[in-house]
Amino acid sequence: MTEATATFETRRQGSAGIVDIKGDVTSGSEDVLMSAYDAAGDSKAIVLNFSELSYMNSGGIGLLVTLLVRANRQSKQLMAFGLSDHYRQIFELTRLDEAVGIHDSEQSALRAAGVS
Amino acid sequence: MSDLNEQATDDKAAARDATYWAKAVSRLNVSEVPAGAAGINVSGKRLAGPIQGFGKMWQKTYQVAVPGSLVSPTDLVATWKQRFSEFWPAGNHFYAPLTGIEPGEVALIGMSLPGKMTLSTGVMVLYADEESFTLMTPQGHMFAGWITLSATTRGTDTVAQAQVLMRASDPVFEVALTLGGHRQEDKFWQATMTSLAETMGATGASVDTQVVCVDKRRQWSRWTNVWHSSAIRSTIYTMTTPFRPRRPRVPKA
Repeated sequence: MTEATATFETRRQGSAGIVDIKGDVTSGSEDVLMSAYDAAGDSKAIVLNFSELSYMNSGGIGLLVTLLVRANRQSKQLMAFGLSDHYRQIFELTRLDEAVGIHDSEQSALRAAGVS
Repeated sequence: MSDLNEQATDDKAAARDATYWAKAVSRLNVSEVPAGAAGINVSGKRLAGPIQGFGKMWQKTYQVAVPGSLVSPTDLVATWKQRFSEFWPAGNHFYAPLTGIEPGEVALIGMSLPGKMTLSTGVMVLYADEESFTLMTPQGHMFAGWITLSATTRGTDTVAQAQVLMRASDPVFEVALTLGGHRQEDKFWQATMTSLAETMGATGASVDTQVVCVDKRRQWSRWTNVWHSSAIRSTIYTMTTPFRPRRPRVPKA
């Protein structure tokens, strides 16, 4: 397995868990991403903050699919905000946007998740 | 100084974004169909990832180790890209794009099926860097997903890996995969990885296979994907071939 090159920090906001992503997301990020997901505990929604994402390769996109499956299995919503135009296009290209709600800001994502 | 470093890092990331990822496309376009190939199940189709598939979601990983003294990860991936079709088992054809495996390029595939049938399909190169490349399937492919081919250093070895993240596209393919299709796919990739290792100079290398069911639920709302089935369309295409006027084709590259 390749080395993790990103950090994932989780904070709670009401019933949502917000995961702040920094650095390069690759397949090597699996363990740290899943730990961040677990740290969100019993939250009803997981909100991924991509504002400080440096780079993501196809392995990283694959990880998001795995995360999505896990969230769906536990009836949690998965949302994202802070994506650059480029990664918005990648979400559209890979059709991840059909399953992950994409928002412009944290507030907008939390509103959509029903968290005030 | 740190601002300069930050700017340099941002520039580097932006350059990687532009170079390695395919540009957004709504539907696939096949500009040239090589002799022997058929673009019927690719041209005009949308891409379909694991989210759009019907069946259980699987992650299949095939790895083969080659002594690092024989080849580095970047050289292995470069060779894999250049000679991709050569490593496939006999009877299956990968019609590489004329420009090679580059982000956004579309390749046509002819897969041999029992009964001398050929399943015509294809893939788009979603992502390609020096140590990996990812192929994504169009609607109607036997599975919806992507395949990432990569190489890394592990100890003194260079480890080549093919990882497939997939769901059967529709109920017909789900049945077919369950009734031997998965086994056939495993054999396909094991043969491919063995051939790749042999080309790198490692004969008799064993392929490590790991299959994980990521999601055992089927997405029943996706049963209508059967409309795009490349198997059904390929069968109709083959059966009606004698009745179609011949058109000049671009010679195989």
